[in-house]
Amino acid sequence: MLSIKNLHASIEDKPILRGLDLEVKAGEVHAIMGPNGSGKSTLSYVLAGKPDYEVTDGSATLEGEDLLALEADERAIRGLFLAFQYPLEIPGVATMTFLKTALNAQRRARGEDELPTPAFMKLVREKADGLGISTDMLKRGLNVGFSGGEKKRNEVLQMALLEPKLCVLDETDSGLDIDALKIVSEGVNALRAKNRGFVVITHYQRLLDHIRPDIVHVMAKGRIVRTGGPELAHELEAQGYAAYAADAA
Amino acid sequence: MNADIRPIRTAAESSLGDIFAAAREELPGGEAALRVRDEAFAVVGRKGLPNRRVEDWKYTDLRALMREARPLADTPGADEVEAARALLPFGEVAARRVVFVNGRLSPDLSDMDTLEEGLSIAPLAVALAGDAVSALALKGVPNDNAVVALNTAFAADGLVIAVSDGAKIDRPIHVANIQTGAAHASYGRVLVSVGKGGSITLIESHVGDSGAHQTNTLIGLDIADGASAKVLKLQDEGLGTLHLATLAARLGAKAFFESVSLATGSSAARQQIYLDFAGDKAKAEVFGAGLAAGGKRHLDTTLVIDHRTLGCSSRELFKTALDGEARSVFQGRITVRPGAQKTDGKMMANALLLSETAEADAKPELEIFADDVVCGHGATVGAIDDELLFYLMARGIPKAEAEGLLVQAFVGEALESVDDDALRDALSARAERWLSERV
Repeated sequence: MLSIKNLHASIEDKPILRGLDLEVKAGEVHAIMGPNGSGKSTLSYVLAGKPDYEVTDGSATLEGEDLLALEADERAIRGLFLAFQYPLEIPGVATMTFLKTALNAQRRARGEDELPTPAFMKLVREKADGLGISTDMLKRGLNVGFSGGEKKRNEVLQMALLEPKLCVLDETDSGLDIDALKIVSEGVNALRAKNRGFVVITHYQRLLDHIRPDIVHVMAKGRIVRTGGPELAHELEAQGYAAYAADAA
Repeated sequence: MNADIRPIRTAAESSLGDIFAAAREELPGGEAALRVRDEAFAVVGRKGLPNRRVEDWKYTDLRALMREARPLADTPGADEVEAARALLPFGEVAARRVVFVNGRLSPDLSDMDTLEEGLSIAPLAVALAGDAVSALALKGVPNDNAVVALNTAFAADGLVIAVSDGAKIDRPIHVANIQTGAAHASYGRVLVSVGKGGSITLIESHVGDSGAHQTNTLIGLDIADGASAKVLKLQDEGLGTLHLATLAARLGAKAFFESVSLATGSSAARQQIYLDFAGDKAKAEVFGAGLAAGGKRHLDTTLVIDHRTLGCSSRELFKTALDGEARSVFQGRITVRPGAQKTDGKMMANALLLSETAEADAKPELEIFADDVVCGHGATVGAIDDELLFYLMARGIPKAEAEGLLVQAFVGEALESVDDDALRDALSARAERWLSERV
């Protein structure tokens, strides 16, 4: 599904990704762990198409299609979804308006009819209820006045609504207390499916107790330096990242 | 005092003189009015149209914007009234409509019957037949301002609206100004007095065809103690029209005034707002949103806020989004006089530039002569936030649509306080249409 080969990317001429390889098959959940500054967030932004990053070498394809040649909106339409580490606040754009605009933009691009408002409202209500997102929150400006946990739940709501093929979760556990972590994880787990892949980026093993990965990667200095099963996460939790920081140096 | 009249220089200035000389005898109001009109016209006759060397007009050179003076509009014919009917905005808003076509009251399109108790509406001519001097030479308005002076000199039609003490007029009055037909100049004046404890909402709309018209309207409000007045404005003139407008409000003790405007039209516009705090503990809120794209469109907002009484508060928020070579000007002056202790004044102007060639000029000024006040002002000019744009695009929203959402959110803040849902929706829809046409 997602195939990344020898990916190099830099920001303001500073290389961050230095030859990253990753293969994610449909139905799999991959965790990427690593020390701060290893390039985890950069990977998520480069995949999603943030303009600040320059890809200098390598390739990234989703179902065989070259992601790197597409604008951010086109990548989303092809089925890529990035759950932001820090979802942005946009006063004046109601959350509901934002959700509707996004869903209908994607439907339009796929040649489907736009969803009429009543059907859309019903769909959002169904998905929002499960995530504990109130009607009041949906009426408010996008993420405005939302707590850290509410912002992350809102990201999962968007994911549930847009039904992407590949979900990239960038440190979704940061800023969450244990209850919020549970709600968010349950929301993500409900979306696990045979035809959907996940890349879960996290610094801590804690999130992976809730979202159980099939494969765990360790990232350091812009590359995947080790790959293993779920037990690797526990090993990292016990021993820390010091070895990898030193390894790659 | 003919001695100090300087020779008129530009084509527009000399034709203004000819037009005034030819029309002055015909303008309503008789001898008393004529004296005021002559005096007012002499302001322009002496100094000419203000240009960029005059401080208040540094960013909006009226002499350059008004190269020619259009002839005064004729009384509209049946065709023009029908054309105007098709252009009438706010059909979905529940309001009493009073319509001016090319500056002339159109009884066919207006509803001035069965007035609520405590409300009176009369044509301006009625007031001019009475006390012409106080209807023309307004207090609290700089009568030597060129736009005001031209309005005083030429105002031939308009309204006098009076709300008696304690009368709450719930149904808004929509004063529609429509320009259609041959290029012309039109002048209108609406005078509103709200008695003690009374309230009124005025909606003013300005629309028209693409002709190179010149409009100059003045609204003067006298809001008595404990009274409340709101003025909600849509300036959506045709893109060939020069729009000059003055809004002046005098607030009595504990009076409330709110003004909300959306400007999407005209080739060039200047909106002047004068607030005169004449009683203690009055409160005013002035919000404006402006959208200008393409060509050399020019939107000027000039505010003059005079705090001369105790414990009053004023809030001003202006948001402008500019594309192409459009330019916005914001001049805002808050004066707090020695007696105006406990004044609370805040003024903010934000401009969003959507192109490399758009320009926003902001000139906020505070003049404070009292020592126990809270006053602040701010002005920002910026571009669309790339981070926000990326967030929206990462959800599959195309760039142009994402920009549109962000612009709408940006200007939307200035329209939020409109509490009539239908009117707010109509204003938002107009802003949305502007955005979709821009792309």
